[in-house]
Amino acid sequence: MNWVIENLPLIGQRTAEHLALSIPPIILSFIISVPIGWLANRYRWSRGVLLTVLGLLYAIPSLPLFVVLPIILGTGLRDSVNVIVALTLYGIALMVRTTADALGSVSSDVTQSATAMGFSPWTRFWKVDLPLAGPVLLAGIRVVAVSTVSLVTVGAVLGIKSLGLLFTDGLQRNIVAEVATGMVATIALALLIDFALVLVGRVLMPWTHVVSSKRVRRALPSDAGVAA
Amino acid sequence: MNLLVDAFAWIFDPAHQAGANGIPTRLVQHLGISLLVLVVASAIAIPVGYLIGHTGKGRTLAVSLTGGFRSLPTLGLLIILALWLGVGLEAPLIALIVLAVPPILAGAYSGFEAVDRRTIDAARAVGMTEWQIVSKVEVPLGLPLLIGGLRSGTLQIIATATLADYVGAGGLGHFIFVGQKSNDYPQMLAGSLLVIALALLSEGIFALLQKLVVPRGVVANQNTDVRTSSPRRVAVVGSPTEERK
Repeated sequence: MNWVIENLPLIGQRTAEHLALSIPPIILSFIISVPIGWLANRYRWSRGVLLTVLGLLYAIPSLPLFVVLPIILGTGLRDSVNVIVALTLYGIALMVRTTADALGSVSSDVTQSATAMGFSPWTRFWKVDLPLAGPVLLAGIRVVAVSTVSLVTVGAVLGIKSLGLLFTDGLQRNIVAEVATGMVATIALALLIDFALVLVGRVLMPWTHVVSSKRVRRALPSDAGVAA
Repeated sequence: MNLLVDAFAWIFDPAHQAGANGIPTRLVQHLGISLLVLVVASAIAIPVGYLIGHTGKGRTLAVSLTGGFRSLPTLGLLIILALWLGVGLEAPLIALIVLAVPPILAGAYSGFEAVDRRTIDAARAVGMTEWQIVSKVEVPLGLPLLIGGLRSGTLQIIATATLADYVGAGGLGHFIFVGQKSNDYPQMLAGSLLVIALALLSEGIFALLQKLVVPRGVVANQNTDVRTSSPRRVAVVGSPTEERK
C-alpha cells in the first residue's frame, strides 16, 4: 500500500498513457466493423472469405504482431500508432463476426415491413437494421474493450508506455506491490470502460432495458414447460 | 521490406540451425512447454466443463470466470508469479495453465449445452443411463465446440509462451527479447515470424480437426460454421471459444 501512496503521480501518468492507447482502437474497430460486418452478412461468399481472413488475423499473437507491423507501416517499434493499429486489427477481427451475426439476427419480418413502408435500403439500414442490432453490437464492443485494455500491457516489454510498464519495472526492481498495482489498475480500467459502454448503450438505446427484462419473463414459463 | 529479407536470411542462416540457441532448440522448447500446458490444462478443464455442462450447475460461476479472465493482463500474471516463485519454468507453466483453462472449460461446457435438449430427452427415453447419455450423446455432439475451445486455448498458450521468455522460460520468444537487447531487428522479426507461423499452423490443424470430429449423422444438418451456430439460432456474442491471448 505504501508503494501506491508514494507513486500516485506515476500511476496516474501510466493510466493516462494506457487510456490514450486503448480508447482509439475500441472506437476505430467499432466504426470499421460496421461496413465490413454488413458485407460479411450480405453474401455467402463474402462471409466465408472475410471471417476466414479475420480469423487468421486474430490467431497472430500480439507481441509478434507489434514487432512485424512497423515494417508494413513504416513506423518505429515504440510508436503508439503501431500499438493502436495492432489492437484495432484485433478489435475488427472480433467485431466483424459479431456485427455480421447481429445484423443477421434482425427479423426478416421487420426488415420486410420496413421495405414495404417505403424505406430505401440505405435508410432502412440506419433506422431499422442497425438500431435493432444495437444490443448485440454493444455486447461485442464490450468484449473488444476489455481485451484491448488488457492487451495494451503487452507492449511494455518493447518499452511502449502504459500500465504494463509497472509490470516490467516491478520485475526489474523486484517490487511485487508495483506489479500487483499494475494488475489491479488494468483490471479496474477495463471494468470502468466496460461500465461506460453500458451507460452509452442505455443512452443510445433506451428501449433495450425494457425489452430485455420482458424477454426473461417470457422465457421462464416455456422453459418450465419443457422441463416438466 | 529489406528488413523482411534480412529476417528470412536470419532464419535460414546455417549458424542458427543448431546449438543451444538454434532455431530447432528454441522451437522444441516452445512446443514442449505448449504441449505440456495443453495436456495439464485439458486434464483440469475438460472434466470440470463436462460436469458443468451435464448438470447445469455452476454455470453462472463458470461464465463469469471465463469472462473475467479476459481482463486479466497475461504479462502481469506471468511477472507476479515469477517474482513469487523465482526464476525457472515453474512460474511460466503455472501462468500458462491458468490462462489456458478458461477457454477449454468454456468449450467443454458450451459443447454440452449446445446439444438439443430434445435429443437428450430422447436418449433418456430409449433407456440410456446417465453415463451413456454423457459418453454416447453429449461428448460426440459437443466435440466440435470442445475442439474450438482447445483451439483458442492453444493459441493463448503459444502467444503467452512467447512472452514467457521475458521471465526466462526460453522458447521462440527468446529471439525477440535477445534481438531487442542487442538492437538486432532482423532477429526480432525472425522470432516473430516463427511464432506467427506456429500459431497459424496450430489454427489450421485445429480447423481441420474441428471439421473431422463432427459426427457423420450431424453433417447433413450442420451449419457450416460450427463455432457460432447454436440450436437456438441467436447471435452469439464473443462466443465462449473466443478468448484472448
